[in-house]
Amino acid sequence: MDTIYALSSGGLPSGVAIIRISGPRTREILTATCGSLAEPRHAALVPFRNLGNGEELDRGLCLWFPGPASFTGEDCGELHVHGSRAVVQALFASLSGAGCRPAEAGEFTRRAFANGKLDLTEVEGLADLLAAETEMQRRQAAQQASGALSRLCLAWRERLIGLRAEVEARLDFSDEDDVGGETLPLGFVDELRRLTDEVKRALAAGSTAERIRNGVRVALLGRPNVGKSTLLNALAARDVAIVSEEAGTTRDVIEVPLDLRGYPVIVFDTAGIRETSSAVEQEGIARGRRVAANSDLVLWLVDGDDDDPAPELGEVPCWRLQTKGDLKAKTAPSDISISAASGQGMSELLDRIEEFARSVSPPTNEAVFVRERQRRVLADLSETLQLCVAGSQRSDEVLAHLLRQATDCIGRLTGRVDVEAVLDRLFMEFCIGK
Amino acid sequence: MSCNPAIGGLGKGHLVREIDALDGLMGRVADVAGIQFRVLNRRKGPAVRGPRAQADRRLYREAMQAAITEQENLTVVEGEAADLLTVEGKVAGVHLADGREIVCAAVVLTTGTFLRGLIHLGEKTTPAGRFGEAPALGLSDTLARAGLRLGRLKTGTPPRLDGRTIDFPSLERQRGDDPPEPFSALTKSIDTPQVDCFVTRTTAETHRVIQENLHRSAMYSGRIEGRGPRYCPSIEDKIVRFADRESHQIFLEPEGLDDPTIYPNGISTSLPEDVQLRIVRSMPGLERVEVLRWGYAIEYDHVDPRELGPDLGCLKLPGLYLAGQINGTTGYEEAAAQGLLAGLNAARRAGDTDPLILSRADAYMGVMVDDLVTRGVSEPYRMFTSRAEYRLSLRADNADQRLTPLGLAAGIVGEERQRVFEVRTDALKATSAHLRELSLTPSEARRNGLAVNQDGVRRSAYDLLALTDMTIAKLASVWPELGDIPADIAGQVETDAQYAVYLDRQQADIEALRRDEQLTLPAELDYSGIGGLSNEIRQKLSTVRPATLAQAAAMEGMTPAALTRLLSHVKRGQHVRFADAG
Repeated sequence: MDTIYALSSGGLPSGVAIIRISGPRTREILTATCGSLAEPRHAALVPFRNLGNGEELDRGLCLWFPGPASFTGEDCGELHVHGSRAVVQALFASLSGAGCRPAEAGEFTRRAFANGKLDLTEVEGLADLLAAETEMQRRQAAQQASGALSRLCLAWRERLIGLRAEVEARLDFSDEDDVGGETLPLGFVDELRRLTDEVKRALAAGSTAERIRNGVRVALLGRPNVGKSTLLNALAARDVAIVSEEAGTTRDVIEVPLDLRGYPVIVFDTAGIRETSSAVEQEGIARGRRVAANSDLVLWLVDGDDDDPAPELGEVPCWRLQTKGDLKAKTAPSDISISAASGQGMSELLDRIEEFARSVSPPTNEAVFVRERQRRVLADLSETLQLCVAGSQRSDEVLAHLLRQATDCIGRLTGRVDVEAVLDRLFMEFCIGK
Repeated sequence: MSCNPAIGGLGKGHLVREIDALDGLMGRVADVAGIQFRVLNRRKGPAVRGPRAQADRRLYREAMQAAITEQENLTVVEGEAADLLTVEGKVAGVHLADGREIVCAAVVLTTGTFLRGLIHLGEKTTPAGRFGEAPALGLSDTLARAGLRLGRLKTGTPPRLDGRTIDFPSLERQRGDDPPEPFSALTKSIDTPQVDCFVTRTTAETHRVIQENLHRSAMYSGRIEGRGPRYCPSIEDKIVRFADRESHQIFLEPEGLDDPTIYPNGISTSLPEDVQLRIVRSMPGLERVEVLRWGYAIEYDHVDPRELGPDLGCLKLPGLYLAGQINGTTGYEEAAAQGLLAGLNAARRAGDTDPLILSRADAYMGVMVDDLVTRGVSEPYRMFTSRAEYRLSLRADNADQRLTPLGLAAGIVGEERQRVFEVRTDALKATSAHLRELSLTPSEARRNGLAVNQDGVRRSAYDLLALTDMTIAKLASVWPELGDIPADIAGQVETDAQYAVYLDRQQADIEALRRDEQLTLPAELDYSGIGGLSNEIRQKLSTVRPATLAQAAAMEGMTPAALTRLLSHVKRGQHVRFADAG
């Protein structure tokens, strides 16, 4: 097994950079680099030396995590160094020279998983963490990695066990005084409904999570030459679309991912909407409308002197933007007046897009379900629970059967629910025993 | 029978029907000896209905002994089994206490509560197998010598009351079903006279007496090391653990037609005699009751059932089969079901034939044996319907359809049952086929008063049975010939039709289970060498050492991801590699 290293903090330069090392030679490498080895899991201020010639490269903190109580389950270490490219590159060269190799993408996670340090939901969260480009995505990924999803599922699992205990008691111990009447208590149906609603909501929150992973989709729509591409360029602060005075320059849909104050936003610049005889441009317009319909937000751009009605886009919110605010007097009603050229109204627009992005992103304290596998399990669970709600009026044994299926669903995420767990709960809550 | 002379009940009734389907004796004998029959859970659905009978202790014993005596090719030898004879690590016979030796190829050992049995009654302890009988001391050593892990369990029994001193007219009466429904497919009618049971309750005075004397209970003074069942606690346990309950129901069940003994179901206790008397006399109707025999707790040895294979044979001592309480179970029905399987497989071993192994998808018997041999026990094991994952398929009403063909193939089903089984099977098939042939349009249905969607789709009579509350009897208003179908045939076909949607899906699960059961895991598998398993699962696997993938899948906390990892490890026989976790 190779000893691997990687920069585990963000891009350089930065205040502090963290180099993570994992593998069987970690102890030896750390001792040689730092001159000594601090107590496990305690930070020590040490010099970092080149493993080849002993030259001091930097001073910083060293952390030593002996396996298996480490992130990967192997011996692990962290060097907190000053985040200059030169320092980091020098340390990398020193580590490579000593026979370590740079980690492949996700290799730390894979080792952790192979050593049983992470469950699948945690690993999937970490896979997102590795790909996270923006702060919001990083936060969401970190939240999942810390097991927010696991905790939510475990809580549901416990509640399902409680519901099953209630029904199973009525089947296996109906001759017991303590188990009670023919019909299920009112609280049972309420709890079943509450749980069903929660799962449904989490499933819906899952689609919000998809959005944060990919970014909030904002489409720019408007007549030719109204200034869509100019606005896009101003948002991206670089020339991405062709801007010209000739109407109809943007024939295809241009897609630009942006980091808008920490929120991932994808802006779509579409062909101008107008009657045209050019087949290419017609196709461009059709695509533009499709993109707009699939967006989270449409910016309908109008010239200052124009009072065009916005196109019919169903439920997608649409803001009316008066462009070229510096060139023309405001005559028609609009939400915001901007001038990409002078920068007028741009900061108001950015504020409002940020606010919008926040409103459609999931609350940060709620675990969300980002992976297709999890989504499918939750969809199954939600469907089965809805059958339970519908079936709670039918025979108890059918309800019990459906609840068993529901626990089987959650078991696919959290581990199987054995009937012993149900019986434990049952014997705790009911006095059984003639 | 040393406990309550009752047969069947929830979960247990299924076992009795299964025993009967394999031509075992329990159901037939209970039909002769039963003095009150009730089907429990009638309104909860056909899959959880449990037939139960209160039996006359003497009639049961006589009928059982007569049936055993009548059995061809069976010789009964009475004596105390003191030791096993072994040759080259295999069982070769039994050594009796009086010096006799019986040489044989296989032995079934059923020790009940006799293995190092120890009775606790208040402050007194007495070595005993059950009340008034000596314990078996030598056999525990024999088993330990064979390297079998032993455990210790505890159970209890209530005081027996003299019915002549009970004020029955003042008590709530519990009647049996009329007409009584027999256990056995071979029983045409119940001819034994039927009696009622009665119900009384514990009072505040009962609870006070128990509270004040807890320190004198064997259970609460720390003298008992064995673990008792959660579902059959002593009355001391109930008062302590459920202190908020003001009263507990106590059933007064007669032990026989011409026997005054009353079994008070619900007050198992190990308190001393004087306290027991005050307890029973604190209950309505029992103010002047006399006690015929005191209640007690009993501790006994059992073998860790994980020492057994799915044929109930000992892995470490080939030729030795164990059944009943020695395997950590409780209850007559559980014991009888194991006895049948162990006996059958012992005979098959002697005759050099492969064992008959029942799966969790075949029978409650299969569920029980699989639970025992893969999980072991931490309390006396009792059958519950919730233990059966294919509960909607494993019903008491179709036990014969599930098991009699297996019994016929194994040669343990007699001619009479074969005939009855074939007649019934033909009737079931003919009825289903006939119902599928009859059909009507939605408007015809409406004219006949049947509420179906007016969607123009023709429905068969079988399809119509899936409607809520539909019965064959109701369909007879459309097709009068359906009125002639016997009730038991109609009932089973109705259930199959109503549950078709669930049974189809369950069938798919069962097929997956059978595939997983075919996939055996090597006994020496090193779970620490399998990557991608959580430490918790790895540890569980190392302890349980499942024999098949199906057993691994059934473990608490198992995930599909962990199963996949296990599977690919076993299939490749090397360290598992996997794609990027994303």
